[in-house]
Amino acid sequence: MITKYEDVIVKTMTRLLIPFIQIYGLYVIAHGHESPGGGFQGGVILGASFILLAVVYGMDEVKKRLPEKLMIAFVAIGVFIYAGTGALCLLFGGNFLDYSKLPFPVAIAERRALGILSVETGVGITVMAVMVAIMLALSSKSKRTRGEFK
Amino acid sequence: MMDFIVSHYNYWIYIVLMMIGFYGMMGKRNLVKKLIGMNIFQTAIILYYVSIGCKKGATVPIIPEEAHGVIHHINPFNYINPLPHVLMLTAIVVGIATTGVALALIILIHRQYGTLEENEILEIRKND
Amino acid sequence: MSLKALSFLAVLITGALLIYGTLDMPPWGDPNAPAALHVSPRYIEKTVEETATPNAVTSVVADYRGYDTMGETTVIFTAGIACIFLLRRDEDDY
Repeated sequence: MITKYEDVIVKTMTRLLIPFIQIYGLYVIAHGHESPGGGFQGGVILGASFILLAVVYGMDEVKKRLPEKLMIAFVAIGVFIYAGTGALCLLFGGNFLDYSKLPFPVAIAERRALGILSVETGVGITVMAVMVAIMLALSSKSKRTRGEFK
Repeated sequence: MMDFIVSHYNYWIYIVLMMIGFYGMMGKRNLVKKLIGMNIFQTAIILYYVSIGCKKGATVPIIPEEAHGVIHHINPFNYINPLPHVLMLTAIVVGIATTGVALALIILIHRQYGTLEENEILEIRKND
Repeated sequence: MSLKALSFLAVLITGALLIYGTLDMPPWGDPNAPAALHVSPRYIEKTVEETATPNAVTSVVADYRGYDTMGETTVIFTAGIACIFLLRRDEDDY
């Protein structure tokens, strides 16, 4: 169980830093076409911002911002966005994950770029939620005792 | 001879790193130390793949805007091989996920047996 | 023979075999290495033309090898769900 860390400097710096970390994470996801980045990297940065909040302000604060049920839903929603984009291409007469068949009113190459952005968003959501989920699971305190599984 | 060593010593560094991780996985009895060994092994594989993608005199595989649309300006020898980076990008995140699952299993083993030493766990299982 | 000596011997044999295997590897940074000549030149040449994405790594990850990446995402999903199933109970504290 992670409890609150009582130190004015650490708490203030965390409060100042977290919005910038999250904006940077979104930038890394959205700007992955033009610069190093993408769903995996941006998702890890977003997850790290929640882990920083948990380490300094305690897990209860994270639970207030990102309820556990919503977090588990996010884990699934990311994969759903990815597979849903692929299935949408199937619906419009292409192959699975063939983004050039998506109904965007732009050239074929740009359609594929938008398809890439869509699946990267899905990957980012899943990775962010899984980072927080693993952190939560590993740091939770159990009431169970030794020899439970005999 | 010197040329050969200079152009191949990076592979040998990764092999030494891999041997450290492999020894950690086999020679240590503590489960957390085994997990650390697995992570070192994984780092060696990742470094090896990234070094395969390297090309002398080439830059990152991001095509600058001046070269857009002019197919003859894009020379593959000016950009490093993107494929190993793609494979390792996913491998790093999957490695974090497997480490998380392994730590969860280690926590459950410690809760059950009260120890992480392999020989002590086998002793407890024999006595049950 | 003890466990440590046995595993040290196995590690040494593996390392020696791998170093023997590197002797005919292409030199570090060789632009004409087999890995750099097969499919990657096509990705680099066509990425802007076909996907309007200057970053070749992104276009390979999400478009050319998108099915592979979907599998990787499913692995991460499974790992997260497995962690929660193994360790979380409703009555547990945070």
